[in-house]
Amino acid sequence: MNRIKRGWKKISEIDELMLIVALVVIIIIMSLMSEYFFTGKNLMNVLRQSSTTLIAATGMTLLLLVGEVDLSIGSLAAFSAVIMVDVMNMTQAILPAVLVAIGIGVGVGLFNAFVVTKFNIASLIVTLGVMTSVRGFAYIYTNAIAIQNTVDGFTVIGNGYVGPIPIPVIIAAVLFVLCYFLLKYTTFGRYIYASGDNKNAALASGINVNKIKTITFVLCSVFAVISGIILTARVNSGQPNLAQGFEFTVIAAVILGGTSLSGGQGTLIGTLVGVLILGVLDNGLVLNDVSSFWQDVVRGAVIILAVIIDTRRTQKREKISRRLVEQGAVSQ
Amino acid sequence: MGKILLRAENITKDFPGVKALDHVKFELEKGEVHALLGENGAGKSTLIKILCGVYHQDSGQIYVDDKPAEINSAKDALDLGISTIHQELNIADNLSVAENIFFGRLPNKRGLVDRKSLVRDAKKILDRIGLQVDPQTKARFLSIAKKQMLEIGKSLSLNARVIIMDEPTSSLSPEEIDTLFDIIRELKRQQISIIYISHKLEEIFEVCDRITVLRDGQYIGTAQTGQTNKEELIKMMVGREANIDYKRNCSTCGKTILQVKELTTDKIKKVSFEVKAGEIVGFSGLMGAGKSEIARALFGLDEVRCGTVALDGKTLDKVTPICCMQQGIGYVPEDRKADGLFLNLTVGENMSVSSINQFTKGPVINKKAEMVSSQEQVAQLKIKTPSLKQKIRNLSGGNQQKAIIARWLLKSGLKLLIIDEPTRGIDVGAKFEIYTILSQLAQNGVALLVMSSEIEELTNMCDRIIVMREGRISAVLNNEEADQTSIMKYSVK
Repeated sequence: MNRIKRGWKKISEIDELMLIVALVVIIIIMSLMSEYFFTGKNLMNVLRQSSTTLIAATGMTLLLLVGEVDLSIGSLAAFSAVIMVDVMNMTQAILPAVLVAIGIGVGVGLFNAFVVTKFNIASLIVTLGVMTSVRGFAYIYTNAIAIQNTVDGFTVIGNGYVGPIPIPVIIAAVLFVLCYFLLKYTTFGRYIYASGDNKNAALASGINVNKIKTITFVLCSVFAVISGIILTARVNSGQPNLAQGFEFTVIAAVILGGTSLSGGQGTLIGTLVGVLILGVLDNGLVLNDVSSFWQDVVRGAVIILAVIIDTRRTQKREKISRRLVEQGAVSQ
Repeated sequence: MGKILLRAENITKDFPGVKALDHVKFELEKGEVHALLGENGAGKSTLIKILCGVYHQDSGQIYVDDKPAEINSAKDALDLGISTIHQELNIADNLSVAENIFFGRLPNKRGLVDRKSLVRDAKKILDRIGLQVDPQTKARFLSIAKKQMLEIGKSLSLNARVIIMDEPTSSLSPEEIDTLFDIIRELKRQQISIIYISHKLEEIFEVCDRITVLRDGQYIGTAQTGQTNKEELIKMMVGREANIDYKRNCSTCGKTILQVKELTTDKIKKVSFEVKAGEIVGFSGLMGAGKSEIARALFGLDEVRCGTVALDGKTLDKVTPICCMQQGIGYVPEDRKADGLFLNLTVGENMSVSSINQFTKGPVINKKAEMVSSQEQVAQLKIKTPSLKQKIRNLSGGNQQKAIIARWLLKSGLKLLIIDEPTRGIDVGAKFEIYTILSQLAQNGVALLVMSSEIEELTNMCDRIIVMREGRISAVLNNEEADQTSIMKYSVK
């Protein structure tokens, strides 16, 4: 009896509990509405569709935790993709082209970080500008016409499988686990939370806040480029209008996962659940022939609802722990 | 003896797991200023909340004018003439002074606000407290001190007979405090009673008639201000003999640790001094004299224009926080919330943030080693927290401050600790604990720079006191020569 109680207490302390419950509820509803939904094939499909969002959302989570945001990820994905396909067509090799794309990601990430940290401008504004300009470059480079890829084997990155598991899912899983580890078990992770929670205190504690921010901007950009590579491989062409509005889907998923816009608060597990909720929702609504306009409506409503529930729960738990301290509960 | 206006008897209030108030009594005469004193958690705020209708007592009775009074809501309290001025002021910045005073009760004529009588009535109230502002000024143009006076005006307009002031001087300058005290005396003359809550004993002695002390939810005693002294009050508050004298001699002081030559930033000019290992050097001076700025400059937070800083004989090539930290300098900022704490992180994470590099295997944090060391500090500094995993925002100010000090104690090779306002906003008990911690630290050979606006704190603790004026050093006083008068003399010129 006691063990059950303790087990229950442990479960109730999981930060993302409400979100996980919400995900399960949505899955149950979708399963009831469509027989096809809860089949292995379809669930794999959901995962594959969510993988690109998850990759970018993982980078975005780190960036929001450090107290910044990047709106340029969709444009960057498109710009790096068109150049990548062009380089690939010229060299007839995949790897150098992919490296060029990632290099562009590093460059744009460094640029964002430089302007934000050097001139002390809000990243929302800086990356809004970069978003517009970089999208412009993508159109200029291609004359607004998609570049068809001519190298065989590239599409594997987007459509291939290892056993039953799609390759994009594997890429996403590897990057996610890597960042999860980074955030939870390394000093870099600790510095991310500290810098995002209170920049002044971080400086006064001897943390190189600008360095932490720069690394995080670069990671976020590179992850966006990787998402762009996968999306490009799926259609086998470099499209200048790739990933339009991608940044908002990604930020919505991260915020849905409980990460605070003001920095310092949030977890990658929350982001994972947030991405899956949106993925399951989209998939389920399509299966039920809901019009895409209504999908937008439902998606927006779910985001607002989930955040309300989550906020209320956090406040309640804050209250409990504050009372615990007031009662003079002392360690040991 | 005046007439008893308000009397609380046998007030008991239980919260789950804790008796916040245990048969507490309190008595307030007409026209009296009565201090309510006690450490955090003593029950002051619970008693106040019962008097102003936020909580209701479990047992016990409140009498107003010798008649039993039931206070079940804030409105009940206001109807009885009990009004509260909280630490966080309740002023609508974009409304005028007059509108703030009569907020929610604007005089009206046929459904429209009667501007004329609003301004006239507001003027009357402002005259009563001697606040000379145009009633039609927007409140946001007032200083914090004037906003606080506005709150008092608001209470008067509600026909308050009892005004509860919760830490009213916490954000006021010395001159503003004097003005506030003048108002308090004026209110007294108008037969209004005041319950005055503060940690600052000097103020209490200056303005209060009687003092009631609570401790751990119990009534300890009530004293006439004229017939008691600080030591006695502190003893009543903490329940033990308090040793406020930390005078030490610097026989243990070792070699010179810090050498500052002609340090200049935007705010300080050509500051030079030396500090030895194990020495505590205090910095005194009025607001804006440059105390905090020296602290910030020495930790590389403000840009150094010229001058040199040498630690252990080696001149630092760059004064940046990272260099300073690596060389063994620690810094505890003046404003805990804004510059010191990571409010959403845990107590443990707050403590180990500067020393986390010492607990790593490769890039990975060894959480066990981190926990063990942090737990040691929690025990040593007596930090009251349910666990290291508690969010630091839930701790009291004193425990938060101890955690920030622990942040630097965890750092190996600490040679110099700069600590700006070590006990700001901390209750008396924790204050003495912090003094003990700091003396201990000096005993162990760490050099300490203490910036403080409380002269007593410096004279009790420091080997030398450097007095600042307008960004320059105006005097260096030995412990023997330093006292309230000599320091003030050099502070104001």
